[in-house]
Amino acid sequence: MRALTWHGKKDVRVDTVPDPEIVNPRDAIVRITSTAICGSDLHLYHAMIPTLQPGDILGHEFMGEVVDVGRGNTSLKKGDRVVVPFVIACGKCFFCDRQQFSACDNSNPVDSADMSETLYGYQTSGLFGYSHLTGGYAGGQAEYARVPFSDVGPIVVPDELEDDQVLFLSDILPTGWMAAENCEIEDGDTVAVWGCGPVGLFAIQSALLMGAHQVIAIDHYPHRLELAEKLGAKVINYKHANVHKALVEMTGGIGPDAVIDAVGMESHGFALDNVYDRAKEAVMLETDRPAALRQAILACRKGGRLSMPGVYGGFVDKFPLGALMEKGLTVRSGQTHVHRYLPKLLEMIRDRRIDTTFLISHRMPLEEAPQGYRMFAEEQNLTTKVVLKP
Amino acid sequence: MYRFDRDLEVRRTPAIGLAAVAFAAGALAVYGVYRAGQPRRRARYAGHVPDSALRDGRRLGWREQTVVGRTVTIARPRSELYAFWRDFANLPRFMENVRDVAVSDTRRSRWTVAAPGERELSFETTITEDRPGELIAWRSDEDAPVRNSGRVVFRDAPDGRGTEVEATIAYDPPAGAVGRLAAKLFQREPNIQARRELKRFKQLMETGEIATAQPGAAAPRA
Repeated sequence: MRALTWHGKKDVRVDTVPDPEIVNPRDAIVRITSTAICGSDLHLYHAMIPTLQPGDILGHEFMGEVVDVGRGNTSLKKGDRVVVPFVIACGKCFFCDRQQFSACDNSNPVDSADMSETLYGYQTSGLFGYSHLTGGYAGGQAEYARVPFSDVGPIVVPDELEDDQVLFLSDILPTGWMAAENCEIEDGDTVAVWGCGPVGLFAIQSALLMGAHQVIAIDHYPHRLELAEKLGAKVINYKHANVHKALVEMTGGIGPDAVIDAVGMESHGFALDNVYDRAKEAVMLETDRPAALRQAILACRKGGRLSMPGVYGGFVDKFPLGALMEKGLTVRSGQTHVHRYLPKLLEMIRDRRIDTTFLISHRMPLEEAPQGYRMFAEEQNLTTKVVLKP
Repeated sequence: MYRFDRDLEVRRTPAIGLAAVAFAAGALAVYGVYRAGQPRRRARYAGHVPDSALRDGRRLGWREQTVVGRTVTIARPRSELYAFWRDFANLPRFMENVRDVAVSDTRRSRWTVAAPGERELSFETTITEDRPGELIAWRSDEDAPVRNSGRVVFRDAPDGRGTEVEATIAYDPPAGAVGRLAAKLFQREPNIQARRELKRFKQLMETGEIATAQPGAAAPRA
C-alpha cells in the first residue's frame, strides 16, 4: 500500500510499504477514506519529538471502512464506516475504567513503554503514528491501518454524514472540547485562548457552546483570527497589541477566568523570552518553547483555571511557577480522552450544533501529502487544515 | 488567655520535666534492646518499602545473586490471576525468554529458556511454597546452569481495584563458561526484563492479548 513516511527533519515521502494485517484478536483493519495532517504532526515534521525512526508511517486523524476484524472483536463488522480515535486504549485497565483513556496502561507495548516511564515516571498510552515513545504504531496517512483494541475505540458513523463532517472526531474536535471542559466554565466567565489553529478554534466553539460569557482569541495570523471572530470570539493580534493589558481591560480588571494554551511546544513567541528559548533549544538545554504558556499563566485571573491542550514533550525553562502558585491557579492538561466524548460530539454534529467543515482549507490526494506538510508548516495563515484522500 | 497558659506551663514545668526524663530513659532502654535485636535494619531503615525498592537488594545467601522485583495492579480477581500463574505451562505466554515449561507433577516442572546464540538451556524447577490465591514460590535445582528462584505474591488492591501482584526473581550466576554465557543472558538488564514480564502478564490478564506494534510479532502464543 502507499503511505506517508518520515525520513528526517522536514523530509516526509509517500512510499510503498507492506499492507497491515490482523495481529491480535481485538484488532481491525480499516481502509482509509479520509485522513488529515494535525498541528502536532508538525512537531514530528520539525523533529521536535524524539524516537521517530526513518520509515515510520505518520498520521493519527483518520477514518474509513472496516475491511477485516479479529476473532476477539464482536462489536465491529466488515463494511462498518468508522472514525478512529488517535489515542489507543484497551478499555479494561484502571485508567480506562475511570474514562482516562489517554492514560491507558496496556496499549503501549512493554518495550517502548520503558522510554516514557523514564521520561514521565509512568508509561503513557499508545498513539497512532506518533513516534516510538507512544508505541511505534503505524499511522493513518496511508491506504490501510491496523487498529488495535478496535472493539473499544472506533465509533461507527452514519452514511448520511460526509467524511468532512466527522473526520475531526478522531482528534481535534474532542481535543478542543476537552480543553474547554477543563476550563470548568461558569456564568459570566471569560475564556482566553492562545492559538487559533484547529484545536484553538474548536476550543473557542466549545467554550461558547458551554456558555462562556466571552471568548477572547489570541494569534497573529489575520485569517485565523478572522475564523475565530466568525465563531463569535473577540480577537487580539499580539503583533499589534499588548496582550496582557488588552485582557485586563476587556475583563474589567479581573482577568480571564480561564486560559487555554492551544499552542504548545513550538510557540512562535512574543518577545525576548522566545529568542532565549530558541537559543537554549539549539544547545539542547531546553526541548519545548513555552512562550504562549508563560503569557497565559500571567494573564489568568487569581484563582483561575489553566487548560493545556497544546502538546509538550520535555522540559521548559523560566516557567512562571511563582505566578501559578501565588495566584492559586488550577492546572488541567493531558492528551485527549477521545473515547469519552465521541457519542456526545457525534450527536451534536448530527443535530448541526457543531460544524467542523469550515476549518478545511485544502483537500489533496495522499500522493501530495509532502506538499501538504510543507504548506501547513510554512503558510499557516491560509492553510488551516489539510485533508488527504488515499 | 495567653498569659494564663504560660502561667500554667511554668507551674507545671517540674512535673513535666521529671516525666520527660523518665520517658527518655525508658525510651533509650527500649531502643537499646531493639538495636541489639536488629542492628543492621535500624541503621539503614528505609521506611515502609518493599524489598525490591531497597538500594542494596535483599540477601538470600547465594554468592552473587541479582534480585529484581516489581509490583503491578491488575484489574482482575486474585483467584483468577493465581490460577493462571500456578499453571506454569502458561508462563511462556508472557515471559519472553522462557520457551517452554513442561509440567511433570503438581510441584515439579522442566523449563527451557533461550540462551545467546540461538541456544537453549533446560533445568528442573520445584515449587517451594504454594498458598492458593496468595503466593507461589519456586526454585531451580542446585545443578541448574543458572540457579534461580521466583516468588509471586497476590494481594487484594484497595477499593475494588483488583489485585496487587508483586514478583521477585533472584538469579545466581555460576562459574564456568556455559554458566557465564547463560548468566549474561539472565543478567541482561534483569530489572527491565522482570518489569516487562509482569507488564505483559497484566496486559494478557486485563485485555486478553499483548500489545504490539510489530506486524505479526509478539502475539500471545497459544
